Amino acid sequence: MKQPAPKPDIMARRADIVAALRRLLPADAVIGDPISLKPYETDGLTAYRQIPLAVVLPADESQVVAVLKFCHANGIRVIPRGAGTSLSGGALPMADAVVVGMMRMNRILDINFADRYAIVQPGVTNLGITKAVEGEGFFYAPDPSSQLACMIGGNVSMNSGGAHCLKYGVTANNLLGLRLVTIEGEVLEIGGRHMDAAGYDWLGLITGSEGQLGILTEVTVRILRGPEGARAMLAGFSSNEIAGQCVDAIISSGIIPVALEFMDRPAIHACEAFAHAGYPLNAEALLIIEVEGSEAEQSDMLRRIEAICARFNPISCRVSQTAEESAAIWKGRKGAFGAVGRISPDYLCMDGTIPTSRLPDVLRRIGEMSAAYDLQVANIFHAGDGNLHPLIMFNANDPESFRKAEAFGADILTLCVEVGGCLTGEHGVGVEKRDLMAVQFSAAELDQMRRIKTAFDPGWLLNPAKVFPLQ
Amino acid sequence: MTPETEEELAEAVRAADEPLLIQGNGTKASMLRPVQAAATLSARNLTGITLYAPNELVMSARAGTRLADIEAALAERGQQMIAEPSHYFGADQTIGGIVGANVSGPRRVTAGAMRDQILGVRAVNGSGEILRFGGRVLKNVTGLDVSKLLTGSFGTLAVLTEITFKVLPVPEATGTVLLRNLPAARAVRAMSAALGSPFSVSGAAFFPATQTVALRIEDFAASVTYRTEKLAAQLHEFGPAEILDTGASKSLWRDIGDAKMLPAGDAVWKISAPPSAAPSLLGALEDVGVTGFLDWGGGLLWCAGPADQATHDAVCAAARSAGGVWWLLRGPEPLRAAAHAVPPEPPALAAIRRRVQHAFDPRGIFSPGRITA
Repeated sequence: MKQPAPKPDIMARRADIVAALRRLLPADAVIGDPISLKPYETDGLTAYRQIPLAVVLPADESQVVAVLKFCHANGIRVIPRGAGTSLSGGALPMADAVVVGMMRMNRILDINFADRYAIVQPGVTNLGITKAVEGEGFFYAPDPSSQLACMIGGNVSMNSGGAHCLKYGVTANNLLGLRLVTIEGEVLEIGGRHMDAAGYDWLGLITGSEGQLGILTEVTVRILRGPEGARAMLAGFSSNEIAGQCVDAIISSGIIPVALEFMDRPAIHACEAFAHAGYPLNAEALLIIEVEGSEAEQSDMLRRIEAICARFNPISCRVSQTAEESAAIWKGRKGAFGAVGRISPDYLCMDGTIPTSRLPDVLRRIGEMSAAYDLQVANIFHAGDGNLHPLIMFNANDPESFRKAEAFGADILTLCVEVGGCLTGEHGVGVEKRDLMAVQFSAAELDQMRRIKTAFDPGWLLNPAKVFPLQ
Repeated sequence: MTPETEEELAEAVRAADEPLLIQGNGTKASMLRPVQAAATLSARNLTGITLYAPNELVMSARAGTRLADIEAALAERGQQMIAEPSHYFGADQTIGGIVGANVSGPRRVTAGAMRDQILGVRAVNGSGEILRFGGRVLKNVTGLDVSKLLTGSFGTLAVLTEITFKVLPVPEATGTVLLRNLPAARAVRAMSAALGSPFSVSGAAFFPATQTVALRIEDFAASVTYRTEKLAAQLHEFGPAEILDTGASKSLWRDIGDAKMLPAGDAVWKISAPPSAAPSLLGALEDVGVTGFLDWGGGLLWCAGPADQATHDAVCAAARSAGGVWWLLRGPEPLRAAAHAVPPEPPALAAIRRRVQHAFDPRGIFSPGRITA
């Protein structure tokens, strides 16, 4: 992967820049020595690393404003960072850039159950929001697998999803307002505590803009009352095709489960070894289906779904009988990345989306590619919404193996676009998929998006060299 | 101009040398500000559903396709639009207009607005380039979400030519819990309690004129029966409940979405504000002769009153102090030309908005002044 050359004038002034940042922020909020900078060299996509020029850890909005005004005035690139869990290199530093780490802005500012919102700082974790409201039976809906660690600021920047998007939508559907600081140091208030915003949908534009339009300082999320209960079931099938047909049949019947997850054989085996959830090891494909409601409603819905599954000769079909069983089923799925990591310490996690009806065809072609590249792959799929996560296993100590894994990944994503899908469903473009953007977009479309970025950040200082192919 | 194809539309944009009023069937001409334009460019002849995959919950239609035609095609397969777009501006509204104005209905309170259902668009920018953003899949974060930015932009950034959106099955049954004799403050508390219950309420409206709260539940028939009863029991402190069946419920909620309860008035506004501010908002507006009803659990006020600048200013002030925003939906042209039809932006955001407009429409020919003077 190619990155732009560091600006020589900035590199030459490193010591002055760090000293100037120390005048703007408390001493412990500015990191300038190489050893302390090391933890910031990468994010969840550890294949790429770069020590930044400096890291600042602002404690409030005024410090963010001060840092951005300084960087803007001096032409210094800025990389926003939350928990550093991005799987697309969204927080990958550059040698001449200041990383603005938001983890100290981690307070919950307001919770309002009557109006169903919470106002939080960007460094609050995704699960931290749910923890703060669950006493009243409420929750924050988007649930990325990294929800224990990932921060809401990063969720907004990448428009994170999760396993329950089919019913509850992604981050963009669960926000009411934002505060952000532009590269020029202006504070923008977007939306509020009400539902529809007047004027342009800035909230929609900024969500998923990968930290390229501004740095968030406050997020107002919708909180929802949870259902009376939820229960999961497992259905194993003899082929990917048959499992795919079953997904089609469930959706066509008018039932929208709250989650509908798919795993192929390698994923089933990896996750079962890790979670001991009772996944059927003789199945080629497994569906995890979850429904919500009262006990009676859950039973009624699961009976309907079992009847549909029965038409496809399942190898096994098992409804969870207890909360512990449901938790174990989800532990396997949510721990899938870690589980694959036990088989192969190095893997690339892809994130394309496809029209759900193309699943069997796409999985067959991924299987052919796996054989051709001689690299193992496990497929995990949010079957209800078409979001596919192939995990490509490789050996990081072998540069040729990594090169092959990258090429395999690019082939999969190109295939996703070919069948009518997209490069990324929830992880973001980052640096990882930057150079594939031309597969999905025309030059005119990329230029239109670049002009929007320029309208917010004329000097391209904010998280540059991400999302758009280098020019 | 009423081009027959997307390419013709793009050619018309490239050939234009004067401002154009961008529209579909023109049903929302009375909404927001009047446009001074030499000519009209309408997408009304770009019609037809181009993709419908019921098992993938997705539909694409050219921008000029009438809402009524889309609803009919969905109904044939037992599906519906999730945001339940209001027919306040009639059945001739095009899908381009529904998206261009981000029109939603009662289900918006829990299922999201029209902007939440948009998966992708095709559009022509001010330079006459044909562009696609988003796609046809339910989860997509590839690049900036330009589809959302164009939703609600009233044709001021680009001309929508085709829209892809998510749809859902029509639930088997609908039930409504009615609570009567509630003053506004208690009514809003009842709606908040209902929306804060675990029973998946999909509509919550209040009619001050009759002091009635309506709460909707949609699902399989057995669930609707169970949940309406549980909800009524949970809300017992708000008085005895009456329960409406599917037929009565569907007709009531269609009327709510279409704002049939809106009193007569020469000017009409919508205000979106936090629900708990609604009682004082209603009070402040009543003082200046503006009345209406609440939807979205109190988060949306439809209201009507005298069409003069003083009244409009009072509506704006009331919306602002409620922590909300307003839209001038209808009014005589002089009022719409003079007034802030939506809240003015602070200077920093206004500067960015002008740069974003320039980024799409460098010549400034698309419906100038439609949203903001």
